[in-house]
Amino acid sequence: MRILLIEDDREAAGWLLRAIGEAGHVAEHAEDGAAGAHLARTGSFDVMIVDRMLPKLDGLTMLRELRRDGNDTPALILSALGQVDDRVEGLRSGGDDYLTKPYAVSELLARIEVLARRRRTEDGETVLRVADLELDRLSRTVKRAGKHILIQPREFRLLEYLMRNAGKVVTRTMLLEQVWDYHFDPQTNVIDVHVSRLRSKIDKDFEVPLLHTVRGAGYVLREP
Amino acid sequence: MQRLRTILSITAIRLSIAFTVIFGIMSVLIVLYMTGSTVGILRRQIQTSINTEIADLVQIYETGGLNQFFRTIERAAAAPGANLYVVADPAGQIIAANIGDIESGVIDRDGWTRHPFKYSRLRDRGQVTYNAVARVFPLPNGMRLLIGRDLGEPERYRAVVGRSLIVSLLAMLLFGLSTWLFVGRRALKRLDMVGRSAERILSGDRHERLPVTGAGDEFDRISERLNAMLDRIERLDEGLRQVSDNIAHDLKTPLTRLRNKADAALTKPQTSSQAIYEIIADTDRIIKTFDALLMISRVESGSAAAELSPLDLSALVADFSELYEPVAEEAGFSTEIAVQPDIRIRGNRELLSQALSNLAENALKYGFEESGARELSISVSAENHNAHIVVADRGPGIAPADRERATERFARLEKSRTLPGNGLGLSLARAVTELHGGSLVLEDNLPGLRSKLVLPLAAEAKP
Repeated sequence: MRILLIEDDREAAGWLLRAIGEAGHVAEHAEDGAAGAHLARTGSFDVMIVDRMLPKLDGLTMLRELRRDGNDTPALILSALGQVDDRVEGLRSGGDDYLTKPYAVSELLARIEVLARRRRTEDGETVLRVADLELDRLSRTVKRAGKHILIQPREFRLLEYLMRNAGKVVTRTMLLEQVWDYHFDPQTNVIDVHVSRLRSKIDKDFEVPLLHTVRGAGYVLREP
Repeated sequence: MQRLRTILSITAIRLSIAFTVIFGIMSVLIVLYMTGSTVGILRRQIQTSINTEIADLVQIYETGGLNQFFRTIERAAAAPGANLYVVADPAGQIIAANIGDIESGVIDRDGWTRHPFKYSRLRDRGQVTYNAVARVFPLPNGMRLLIGRDLGEPERYRAVVGRSLIVSLLAMLLFGLSTWLFVGRRALKRLDMVGRSAERILSGDRHERLPVTGAGDEFDRISERLNAMLDRIERLDEGLRQVSDNIAHDLKTPLTRLRNKADAALTKPQTSSQAIYEIIADTDRIIKTFDALLMISRVESGSAAAELSPLDLSALVADFSELYEPVAEEAGFSTEIAVQPDIRIRGNRELLSQALSNLAENALKYGFEESGARELSISVSAENHNAHIVVADRGPGIAPADRERATERFARLEKSRTLPGNGLGLSLARAVTELHGGSLVLEDNLPGLRSKLVLPLAAEAKP
């Protein structure tokens, strides 16, 4: 995966570039908005990571300009500002996801993988499949090994999100944002309880588990 | 000199000086106008009396002839305080007069003299001149007669007015000056007192207050307002100090724990990933505490107020309950959710959900007794123009005396000290409700805690 990192803080950038490299991706780096916009226009990237505060051309303005020119590379905005209004403004400017500093590198990597994937598999399919698990988005039914599974509407959305990102680690925060549309951090394990309920429905009666907990990161639904 | 300059720079003094000057100019103008008109009146009186005398003389001349006429003049001229009488022959040569000398040319023109003229009296032998006005008229035999009047009276009047004007202006100046000195010194003394108090406050004495003399004057009034301000600043300052003490204390503990864990991990032969996970989890908790603090101060500063938008509170509470119900059940709680439909407010979904989550998590953490029932109830209803969201449990509750303190930052009550948590949950909930123009009410659930968010309902949409 080719990643464009636009970040003026050299230390943070160096550290992110290493993490991206270790995760097996290729990254290019720009230190200000103008250079970043130039790279975004001339190169081809799967995803870009844009710091909100940038010298020369700030992150949001740069993104707005790129979007106006028809560039639709998914963008993750990094910001020290974490309030709802800041996030809404970031997403309105053409950002696809928003992450507040300080963040865990695992969280950032999980998000860019999902962003890049979202672009490749935009909505299209009505039936999602992972191994023998099947989710029909039209009839809103779930089957495993041909057996109907009774599922609540919220569990359906949770499963749909996990299946759409099958093979990728999704964090608890991502689930809370994408499935429940909440952007705060609960102190307790709300998400864990919902995931474990879902797991008991799709995995409990079957020999091979599909939904796994990734320690220190989140969850992954994947082929055995 | 320095002191005088300071007195002069007092606003009240400057104003009074300006007013005195204006008042002085006005009185001079009034006096000048009055003297002018009075002198005019006196002159007109003189003219009238001369005209009357001439009319009488003309009649005497017509009835009694020239002899009678001259005799009358002679008698009149000899009377004390008499008018001025001058008779001249047709050539302009003075032939009879009851005065010494007269300004030349006055007798040659008929009618009223244009300006006051000068003359000397017989007994002064030409040493002193006086001013007079006169009317000259020709006699039938070609001679000319001048009848005039000395201007001594109006001139004396003018001099009296001038003297009294000077005296009164001097008195005014003296009185003004002494008032300025008195008022100025007094004002200056008060200012010095205030200044000294301010200096003591600046140098760190927070309990010092500006002097209030009880005179009820403007100095007292402003000192009272400023003292009220100082009181409030002191209270806020005290609160701030409390908060920073608490922050320092509450962050030092997890940071020390973090350090010890890192230390332990380092000294082990091979670092276990378990230790690192614990370190990450601890760090995350510290970051969350900071996030919560920042969020509270942003919410309290009101900058998020612009973000309130029409909101279906019933849907919000239903959504929220759906998120927490499984967690509560997992923790052994029986849950009761009651949502009255279609309650609308102006609000921020994100902040309200965060506040609710703090209340619900408090209930799950503290809301049960060892052997008692575990019950969590969440409800939303509309009452008297307000929406009420209630989160209630069956725990030990909060004693009435502690309720106010419980919503302060880091104010963790004794029991909760031993449980994980950052002590910010209720503060944030309170800040969020206040941002919405509502209030957070903590009540007794008999037994247990009932946390109630009272939020104003959205105004009815007008068709």
